[in-house]
Amino acid sequence: MKFIFDEFKEGMRIAFAAIRANKMRSVLTTLGIIIGIVSVTLMGTAIEGLNRAFNESLASLGTDVLYIQKWPWGDRGDDWWKFRNRREIHIQQAKDLDKYSEYAQAVNPATGTVRNVRYGQKLVENVTVVGTGAALLETSGATIAFGRFFTRLEADGGRPVCAIGSEVAANLFPNENPVGKRIKIGGYAYQVLGVFEKQGSFLGLESLDNRVYVPIYRFFKEFLSHRGGIQIMVKAKSVDEVDDTKEEVRGIMRKSRGLAPRDEDDFAINQQEILVQTFNQIGGVIAAVGLFITGMALFVGGIGIMNIMFVSVTERTKEIGIRKAIGAPRRTILMQFLLESAALCLIGGLIGIAVAFPLSLIIDTFLPTAMPLSVVFIALFVSALVGIISGFLPAYRASRLNPVDALRYE
Amino acid sequence: MSTIIKFKNIAKIYQVGEEQVHALDGVSVQIQKNEYVAIMGPSGSGKSTMMNIVGCLDTPTSGLYELNGTNVSDMNDNELAKVRNKEIGFVFQTFNLLARSDVLHNVELPLIYGGVGSAERKKIARAAIERVGLTDRIHHKPNELSGGQRQRVAVARALVTQPAILLADEPTGNLDTKTGEEIMQLFDMLHQEGNTIILVTHEEDIAQHAHRRVRLRDGKIEKDEIAKDRKNIVR
Repeated sequence: MKFIFDEFKEGMRIAFAAIRANKMRSVLTTLGIIIGIVSVTLMGTAIEGLNRAFNESLASLGTDVLYIQKWPWGDRGDDWWKFRNRREIHIQQAKDLDKYSEYAQAVNPATGTVRNVRYGQKLVENVTVVGTGAALLETSGATIAFGRFFTRLEADGGRPVCAIGSEVAANLFPNENPVGKRIKIGGYAYQVLGVFEKQGSFLGLESLDNRVYVPIYRFFKEFLSHRGGIQIMVKAKSVDEVDDTKEEVRGIMRKSRGLAPRDEDDFAINQQEILVQTFNQIGGVIAAVGLFITGMALFVGGIGIMNIMFVSVTERTKEIGIRKAIGAPRRTILMQFLLESAALCLIGGLIGIAVAFPLSLIIDTFLPTAMPLSVVFIALFVSALVGIISGFLPAYRASRLNPVDALRYE
Repeated sequence: MSTIIKFKNIAKIYQVGEEQVHALDGVSVQIQKNEYVAIMGPSGSGKSTMMNIVGCLDTPTSGLYELNGTNVSDMNDNELAKVRNKEIGFVFQTFNLLARSDVLHNVELPLIYGGVGSAERKKIARAAIERVGLTDRIHHKPNELSGGQRQRVAVARALVTQPAILLADEPTGNLDTKTGEEIMQLFDMLHQEGNTIILVTHEEDIAQHAHRRVRLRDGKIEKDEIAKDRKNIVR
């Protein structure tokens, strides 16, 4: 064992001496590996970021909430026109679900549009105005930071009251308490009852904080009529009863929409699960394609290493001859050159990670990610592996050299 | 005296295009322990081939070669490497030192391949370097040494594993006459100390240091004589 260690040490010594002796060449060769490792690690980081963004966004949907909508989530296939031509979900269905459902803990209708919001001289453009019932806090993950949300009475009565997202609050009321103030949403006056806790963004796209929430019946009067269609969120009493709830909701919906027994459902009951499945499919494809393409860069880098190792072996034929003459077995020569190419690649890998890390911080600004430690280790492992694989053929050739011919080589 | 080298009907045939070249054609010879033998002959006589086979760098096409009582004619590459490491010390015409390594590392290299531990290795290597009188050059690189000094490093490297034979291939071929004589004195001294030395050369002057001369011609032994006109310089 000691013996192998000494040979290993000798191999490392030769490897670094050889790399030092050909600095320029080593740097250029390593560049291929550096580029490969940078692209692979950045791709890994981006994929990781995408996953995290998705999971954080999904948490806001809740596993026990059903979304009743015209459109199904996930793969729509070729049925675009079928879904397009469906009747809109009507507010009446929310009323029926609320009235008849046994399994539902809360039923909340919601719809939205975009308006400008004013307070005095201050203006926030393109705010998402959500018309909703009073059960919103139960069916979504949102919570009120201060003040309060509107009551059922206020909601059903269509009172001119609202609760605002944290971003809107920050923009309109930088130095004031918004609660009790009157703002104008699309020109209509509303009294602010409360401010939401910061929620972040959904899939890194739309901010959930740049919103105002108003009673849905007022929304119908002032912004869009109820004919525009809504979605209904139904929260099950427990996660275990989601399937039962779904069946019950389906029955109530069919009755409410007057479907005959043989008619197909003309609505979709969506769940977080569907999104997860779809994302896993898409995410898997993105990851595979991305890693394949960046892997190609690494592969090309590996070919560069192999090429230079062949040069190295040819250049040092005489040295190999000398080493063999004084008793170096094949294994030792093989290891010497494998170590050299592995060392070249590992150096490339380390530099690659050093370059990729600051770049990953840039990705971090639009995806919630940091370069995972696993990616760092995998990158180092892969670069050493690339070194060993691309070094093998040249090293094998070196180990098979006939000592007589090698010694005679000039 | 015990037999170190036993050649029995050794032949080496090279295929050069269509033609078969008999580099060695049935050579039988025995060399005893502590002999000092010069292998001589004009170029193309087969002396390089003989030296490669004696040095286990190459294997014969046919015939039997026993080195120190072991049959080495049928060994594979790795077994031969081991034999070269333990039993044979090479000294080449072109020195063949590792250019990027210092004297100490060049000399200890055979011990690394022989699996000798670091501390032990350094001790043995330093002793060998002292024997050839280069202790003050121990951390010099080969290109910082003169030709004679380089050849001394090569001799130290050859000695360091205490091999059964020292095999010198034209050891003075790249040196001036004076330095060449110094190296030959070193060999004479080593012979006095009990080493078996085989010298491959085409120079009569150099061969005169040996006790016995084996002359090759066309792959056969032409003459095998005990020297009477031996130069004995060692005092």
